[in-house]
Amino acid sequence: MSAAAGLRVALKFGFPSGFGVDVDLDLPARGVTALFGASGCGKTTCLRGIAGLEPAATGCVALGDEVWLDSARGIAVAPHRRPIGYVFQDSRLFEHLSVRGNLEFGFRRLAPSQRRIAFDDVVPRLGIENLLDRRPPNLSGGERQRVAIARALLTSPRLLLLDEPLAAVDDARKNEFLPYLEGLRDDAGVPIVYVSHLMPEVARLADHLVVLKDGRVVAAGPIGDVSARLDLPLAETDDAGVVVVAQVAEHDPRDVMTRLAIPGGSLWVAQVDRPPGAEVRVQVAARDVSIALVEPRQTSIQNVVAATVTGRRDDEHGRTLLRLSVAGMPLLARVTRRSAMQLDLVPGRAVFAQIKGVAVHE
Amino acid sequence: MPLDASDLAALQLTLELALATTLLVVAVGTPIAWWLATTPSRAKPVVGACVALPLVLPPTVLGFYLLLLLGPRGPIGGLTHALGLGSLAFTFSGLLIASVIYSLPFAVQPLQAAFEQVGTAPLEAAAMLRAAPVDRFLRVAVPLAMPGFLAAAVLSFAHAVGEFGIVLMIGGNIPGRTRVLSIAIYDHVEALEYPAAHTLAASLVAVALVALLVLYGIGAQRGGAPMTRMARP
Repeated sequence: MSAAAGLRVALKFGFPSGFGVDVDLDLPARGVTALFGASGCGKTTCLRGIAGLEPAATGCVALGDEVWLDSARGIAVAPHRRPIGYVFQDSRLFEHLSVRGNLEFGFRRLAPSQRRIAFDDVVPRLGIENLLDRRPPNLSGGERQRVAIARALLTSPRLLLLDEPLAAVDDARKNEFLPYLEGLRDDAGVPIVYVSHLMPEVARLADHLVVLKDGRVVAAGPIGDVSARLDLPLAETDDAGVVVVAQVAEHDPRDVMTRLAIPGGSLWVAQVDRPPGAEVRVQVAARDVSIALVEPRQTSIQNVVAATVTGRRDDEHGRTLLRLSVAGMPLLARVTRRSAMQLDLVPGRAVFAQIKGVAVHE
Repeated sequence: MPLDASDLAALQLTLELALATTLLVVAVGTPIAWWLATTPSRAKPVVGACVALPLVLPPTVLGFYLLLLLGPRGPIGGLTHALGLGSLAFTFSGLLIASVIYSLPFAVQPLQAAFEQVGTAPLEAAAMLRAAPVDRFLRVAVPLAMPGFLAAAVLSFAHAVGEFGIVLMIGGNIPGRTRVLSIAIYDHVEALEYPAAHTLAASLVAVALVALLVLYGIGAQRGGAPMTRMARP
């Protein structure tokens, strides 16, 4: 795929408060890109800049050869002329219209020839058939967001921007909601830029990760690479861990387990309801990986892989984060600094990584 | 006590004036209110203050200056004369212009407050759903600000019905042309015709009460305070 087919975002703006954003990104034309960072790092501002909702933004925004902003050439396409679907954090449904009225709002403003996504296709996919005659004030947070996503999809966008769509969803409902977003990622066929400050969400959804801090890009790349870096703010959190794409290798019905093939070997996990050969996304948290110098034999831990230490970072809380290579696949392990000293865990050392737990996202 | 012919004429004239004022003032007030609600301009307080001026000035002061402006020697009166329209003073048109200016803050303030409450969020959402600026205004801002429009209409109407001082200055007291209810009541009281004054006065009280009931009814239906909230200066 040529770089020209992707989303180019080079934006610069300052606000009177002194807060500024300065980013320069080339994002892939497929899959989900997560803009990740703490509150106030400029994620939402970037998204608004892409949509054209920040008039003060200068720079360049283009999807393939379609240029939406090019300050040098005096081009600034109005927001309503950009084929973008935007899902706001607070859903922003029109309170004076029914759910159906909200869904039809954008759909009716498209020429029939531009309608690539059908009403009767989107509504059941987001499970909102029974809500069509309801008014927005009578919807739950999750229902509102599903309507907002359907409303954005019905404009047949060429780019989908999601600003923390799970923020208004109850914690208990988040797990019910995530499959809708995964469906979107797999079926929408358009690039998605997803803003989040929660690593578990990002690990589940994103293919590409951009880490922002104070309005600047500190890292950008495939999620497997960026999530394995030791030098990012991410590495200091409890959520530190790598995201790996694995393949279903075989099922063991007797023990209700599934073997996943990863570049450096295999992982046994609780049974996954996918056929052999299917790709699944696996998140291995650094806190779930421990280190042994000799191959452990009598252990309850099912997954032990041979690895090489490739990097080490000590923090001020007596903790050490190790970067391992398992036949080229990166892995992170969190150990105490004392263990790291006693076992002499320095780059180049051959070890065995014991993986206690794996989160599988189907 | 039944109304006599001249009182009925005054009633009809009052309702015509109030209705015309309401339509005009909402038409003129909407763009002003929208501008005040959305502009980052530093001229905003100046324009806001000018619009609010009739709230604090005695109606006679406003009426006096309008008389000078619209009279045969005033700049606007001179223009209408030159165009062969005659002077606007002591005519229904003159009365209507004065009434619109006088009622402007009663329409602009609730409209501005309503537009401010709508905010930019739904309009941005509409923009991302392919709606052009005018489309966004008509299909999103106006329906969401509907309580503000109702408040503006009811307040302007009630206010135009009850206006006295400005009418006396610019309209005078010409039966069938500029003699409105409030003037008729004044005439009856002057002539010590208290029962006739009572009938008219009571009907004005009724009109005002109905107008406010409508207003508070809308407020209660929306589950909030009555829509008489004034805009931030």
